[in-house]
Amino acid sequence: MTHGIVTPGESFAERATNAVANPDLQRALRNLDIRLHTARAVADTTPEMKDQAAELRREVLADLDGWLDTLEASLTRVGATVHRADTPADARRIVLDLANREGAHTIVKSKSMATEEIDLGAALESVGIEVVETDLGEYIVQVADERPSHMITPAIHKTLDQIASVLETRADGPLPVEREALAAWTHDHLRPAFLRAEIGISGVNFAAADTGTITIVTNEGNGRLCTTWPRVHIALMPIEKVIARFGDLATLLPLLTRSATGQSLSNYVSMLTGPRRDDESDGPDELHVVFLDHNRKALVGTAYEEILACIRCGACLNVCPVYRKVSGHAYDAVYSGPMGKILTPLLSLGEEGRDLPGASSLCGACTEACPVEIPLADLLVRLRADLRAPGPLLPLPAPAGLTSPIGHHRLPGEGFAWPTSQAPLASRPPPRSTRHMVFGAWSRVWSSPAGYRASAAAARLGGLSPSGWARRVPLVKGWTATRDLPLPDRRSFRARWAARESGAERW
Amino acid sequence: MPDVQRVALFVTCVVDIVSPEVGVASVRLLEAAGCEVLFPEAQTCCGQPAANSGEPEAAARLARHFIDVFEPYDAIVSPSGSCAAMIHHWYDRLLTGRERDRARAVASKTFELSQYLVVELGKTELGARLDATVTVHDACHGLRNIGVGGSARVLLEAAGATIIEMEESETCCGFGGTFSIEHGEVAGPLADDKLAHAAATEAQYLASGDSACLLHLEGRRRRTGTGPEPIHFAELIARGLA
Repeated sequence: MTHGIVTPGESFAERATNAVANPDLQRALRNLDIRLHTARAVADTTPEMKDQAAELRREVLADLDGWLDTLEASLTRVGATVHRADTPADARRIVLDLANREGAHTIVKSKSMATEEIDLGAALESVGIEVVETDLGEYIVQVADERPSHMITPAIHKTLDQIASVLETRADGPLPVEREALAAWTHDHLRPAFLRAEIGISGVNFAAADTGTITIVTNEGNGRLCTTWPRVHIALMPIEKVIARFGDLATLLPLLTRSATGQSLSNYVSMLTGPRRDDESDGPDELHVVFLDHNRKALVGTAYEEILACIRCGACLNVCPVYRKVSGHAYDAVYSGPMGKILTPLLSLGEEGRDLPGASSLCGACTEACPVEIPLADLLVRLRADLRAPGPLLPLPAPAGLTSPIGHHRLPGEGFAWPTSQAPLASRPPPRSTRHMVFGAWSRVWSSPAGYRASAAAARLGGLSPSGWARRVPLVKGWTATRDLPLPDRRSFRARWAARESGAERW
Repeated sequence: MPDVQRVALFVTCVVDIVSPEVGVASVRLLEAAGCEVLFPEAQTCCGQPAANSGEPEAAARLARHFIDVFEPYDAIVSPSGSCAAMIHHWYDRLLTGRERDRARAVASKTFELSQYLVVELGKTELGARLDATVTVHDACHGLRNIGVGGSARVLLEAAGATIIEMEESETCCGFGGTFSIEHGEVAGPLADDKLAHAAATEAQYLASGDSACLLHLEGRRRRTGTGPEPIHFAELIARGLA
């Protein structure tokens, strides 16, 4: 996965180094912070909504197959056609076949991370179809031949100057470096594409199993045009987007928009129940809904099932200190930020993003911000353990090692816990990495008070320096590259305690 | 509660080996609050470096040792919100069966220092007298995993310090255990942000409740010269004790 990634580097650490050193990127990231504070202020006011939403999401995950069957029956009843795709390749094939059948020349797209996940745009373009992203941010990254750097604000990594330069490549002359003017130009420029497109493609924010209603939120109205104007609407839906009841939107919808952008509701909310009926004037003739699995069902019943509760609000990105420093392209993955660090290795069965779970300070801001109470920091720790061994990540082998289930963190005494039916974190076949052996040896020595005292004394001898700090230590150059390293004090606390107990010193 | 609280100090490996002054200050604060402080000498490390590095077996080994050492005591107090959070949050997830029951029992009587003094004992006035301006960094694990809240501020203000709040006091300083070594390219700039926010308050001290975070910040400050002196709140308050 390197298509359109603008931050170069072979590893997260290399890309992060480049991102931190990029002044334009750092300037652009201040825009993220402006949004961040709005979003947090609103989301923080609704703990009860979070509890309720979290429960609704787990209700669905407890019987994902059953709810998908119900959804399929409802969609069929209202005249939609359901396709099931096990893999990204299956999903691409389904869409390509429909495009071929329609003889499509132009496809307009509403913003969808799922289409990024399966690299749908490139697949369609490879057979000569014109694909037009119609969300302003998505259009900017498409013209720039990049990837979205954020699931809600795809071009947030760009400064206004850069955006104007990108759009100018499609304009007849220079464009003003001014937000409203650039948006207006794009609006006018994209309008003919809606008129000539034979197919509109969207994602799905929520799909209600009881009514077969697909809900899509946008702020620009482009989603409504994509899903109603062309003759055929194709909605690509990762399977966890199913919700049990239409009424659940009352909880989930405002929570999504508050957590995403701080809006109590997005500018547009499209609720689509089937294609145009005979007595209706608007809407597509056909609605196709593609259920995308892509290894999601393999997560059900494991500790990682929790990540399927995600509603793609982006709140965990906005509060993440690491994301706020390096932006989305440093992750070299479709999904970035805390949820991306978890989802990327899982969806690829450990093929991609193996170094991502380690790129977290585990501060827990993501867990705190998550509107559906996914224990993101805990999952990052578990993935660090499960990714120690080489080879595929799933299916998880029989339980051993860290055996307790991931639970929702609650302060002691608050008593709220999810059913603990998930299979526990697996212990891989004993990995023989140096790191594993070092931690094993260290924990053995430090489980013995004498071993602890002896190693602390040895460290003291090795670390004597007049200042108590070292400037360069080859063993931990990752630390000393940016900071002085503190050295052991000449006298340990326990030595001072012993001296006090014997009366040799007074505190 | 009995008149005199007997408290077992879990000083943490970082404080024991690198920042012993914080341990001394913790004892002095607890004694000023009327506690009898015990120091179980068999204590070592809570095991957090292993747990956070994805080495649950090694972490569980140290968790068992911790439980063996501290189980007999009525109250366990630590000058680290992060180590206290390890015991509360992760022991429960590392151990099973009878060991997990024991872990939960130990966690239920384990407290971060400021939390113990302010919330558990309700003692904020320790007789310390400070004339200092201080800005406070809310270290992450104490803040988010065990709800330490503003207890350190309460103690500092009761001692006469003036708190000047900085921007983003609840944002990570960039330490993060092994993260700070493996991703120094991000940890360093995060420390810069924290030190810059603290410098903007023009406070004399940058106080917090986790020595590892403070050492990371001081390590960066020694390179850049920016920001007030990072100091553990207990050490600062202890300076004001007679």
